[in-house]
Amino acid sequence: MTTTPLEPDFAVSVGLVQPRLPRWASILVGVISLGVAGLLTMFLGWNPVGGIVVAVLLFVVGLPLWSALLEGRRTAVDRLATCLVWVAFGSVVVPLVWLIWLVLKNGVGAIDMEFLTYDMRNIVGAGGGIYHALMGTLLVTIAATIISVPIGLFTAIYLTEYGKGSRLARVTTFLVDVMTGIPSIVAGLFALALFVLIFGPAIRIGFGGSVALSLLMIPTVVRSAEEMLRLVPSDLREASYALGVPKWRTIVKVVLPTSLGGIITGVVLAISRVIGETAPLLVVAGATDSVNFNLFDGRMMTLPVYIFSQYSSPGVAPIGGGDPPGYARAWGAALVLIAIVMVLNLIARIIGKIFAPPTDRRR
Amino acid sequence: MSVTAPPDTKPVVRLGDRLFAGTARVAALTIMLALAGVFVFLAIEGIPGLSAPAEIYQPFDNFWSYVGPLVFGTVLAAVVALIIAVPFSIGVALFISHYAPPRVAGPLAYVIDLLAAVPSVVYGLWGGLALGQAMKPVFGWLFDNLSFLPFFEGPPSVTGRTILTAGIVLAIMVVPITTAISREVFAQTPRLHEEAAMALGATQWETIRYAVFPYARSGVVSAVMLGLGRALGETMAVAMVLSATPVVTLNLISNTNPATIASNIASNYKEATPDKQAVLIATGLVLFAVTFAVNFLARWVVGRSERKVTR
Repeated sequence: MTTTPLEPDFAVSVGLVQPRLPRWASILVGVISLGVAGLLTMFLGWNPVGGIVVAVLLFVVGLPLWSALLEGRRTAVDRLATCLVWVAFGSVVVPLVWLIWLVLKNGVGAIDMEFLTYDMRNIVGAGGGIYHALMGTLLVTIAATIISVPIGLFTAIYLTEYGKGSRLARVTTFLVDVMTGIPSIVAGLFALALFVLIFGPAIRIGFGGSVALSLLMIPTVVRSAEEMLRLVPSDLREASYALGVPKWRTIVKVVLPTSLGGIITGVVLAISRVIGETAPLLVVAGATDSVNFNLFDGRMMTLPVYIFSQYSSPGVAPIGGGDPPGYARAWGAALVLIAIVMVLNLIARIIGKIFAPPTDRRR
Repeated sequence: MSVTAPPDTKPVVRLGDRLFAGTARVAALTIMLALAGVFVFLAIEGIPGLSAPAEIYQPFDNFWSYVGPLVFGTVLAAVVALIIAVPFSIGVALFISHYAPPRVAGPLAYVIDLLAAVPSVVYGLWGGLALGQAMKPVFGWLFDNLSFLPFFEGPPSVTGRTILTAGIVLAIMVVPITTAISREVFAQTPRLHEEAAMALGATQWETIRYAVFPYARSGVVSAVMLGLGRALGETMAVAMVLSATPVVTLNLISNTNPATIASNIASNYKEATPDKQAVLIATGLVLFAVTFAVNFLARWVVGRSERKVTR
């Protein structure tokens, strides 16, 4: 059926209906490929994962082949593409599920009251906890938020309300784009270079981490806030001007409250993005085993760096075999970190839902 | 603004207005300053690293031969990641925009976005402790069957921590970025183009091939470039998966793997003397330049395609 027959007699002789595979064709091919792969796996002693891969391959080859014999080349290609797209999606979900399952499996066992309330001071072997890292993450992230939200928000206000079309606005938009692409470790090195220049080469302080994180956070905040401010209908602004309200009060009293939900969502998402950043904190905030509440003095542990240091120096494995004690702590901290990120994401979504402006018809 | 003022009087500019506008402008200028600061401070601290005493650059003796293998490793890991990630991201993006039932497409897109929300250090943990182990039989198979290719020369790593494993971890981190952008671009294809193709009797794949892809090409290219930027700059996943030696090799599955710039900084900063620190910052400057170029190229491609669309 590669050519489309036009002459009526020819069309009749071929049949007006193109033969189609029955509806249950894909199920049949699926069952057959699973069966063949299962038998091969059993008799040849393959890894079950290998068996699944073979089954998927058999399906992806088998269904289009059958279709090519019955339905013609074009439909076969279409079926092949459909199969491949499904396989692509399936195989991207696999690592996500695997990772989350591993973190849950290994992390839940590691978390108890001691894990959450102890630091790592004088801990050799098992025991110890993430208290110092939790506090460090909290302080560094809050400081980063305090730096980046005003800058980001006012930049967005400038871009939408004041600088429309001006050269500064164009340059700023471009620079925000550039900032989005700064590798996180370069942000860390920038903060390190800045503080080294001021305090000498051995400096490691938590505040440096905040500066590095805010460099990563500002573009996200600007982007989302700008988008939200643009969504505010200009009718609202004009109505306010018509009542004689000055521009800055219009922005504070009309524009910002209207877009508040979206802006908060953006900020929370930005926080959830930078809270898992490791490299900049590793470089400039350093690592320590004790609690440090002072952002401006001394090294400060954070959760991601804690995971990294527990992973890279996990301690001595117990004599009877098994993993070194650091791995369990790393998994536990990873679970806490992922939980924090997910909760922040959820909060952002809920806020976004509650405050969604009526003009925003997107999902 | 006080537009109702009669033409002969100047419009009243209140103090509050001036302050507010000033603050907003200062914020925008701060961003400019911050970015300039990144360049300036990295340069101030990094330039001494270009000509440090020769023993700092062990096992090499000058900066460029020190940074060369690192740049090679960075590009190699990123290219491996992209080769794996691009087909999958296009597939997933198509799945969400065209194949999945509309009711589940939204939640599925959210699942893919979850991949982006997982912190990179957790990916590193997973890559180092789980994926590396799982990849060992795959490396063995690649070595047994494909060792005539320079990439799989072997001998296969016994730890599974190779640049191919790092590339796979990077690929998983790149997929959500490229998918998100490609998905948007695919979804923006004019409905009429697709319906016209369908009406001419095209199958779904032909519709995508002849109506969606030509429309989305530049958007996908820029998505890939942004993914490349991410892969080039990613630190922890690579630092935690690789045990690196400064070599230049295309061998993807052996025990000797080239480091990337970022992972080299992360694994060496701890015992860094001030001299070494300057060298590391200088390599960071090189990384910044590379990612800047890649991102710039991506924006340029996007800008060009946007102009084409609005025309």
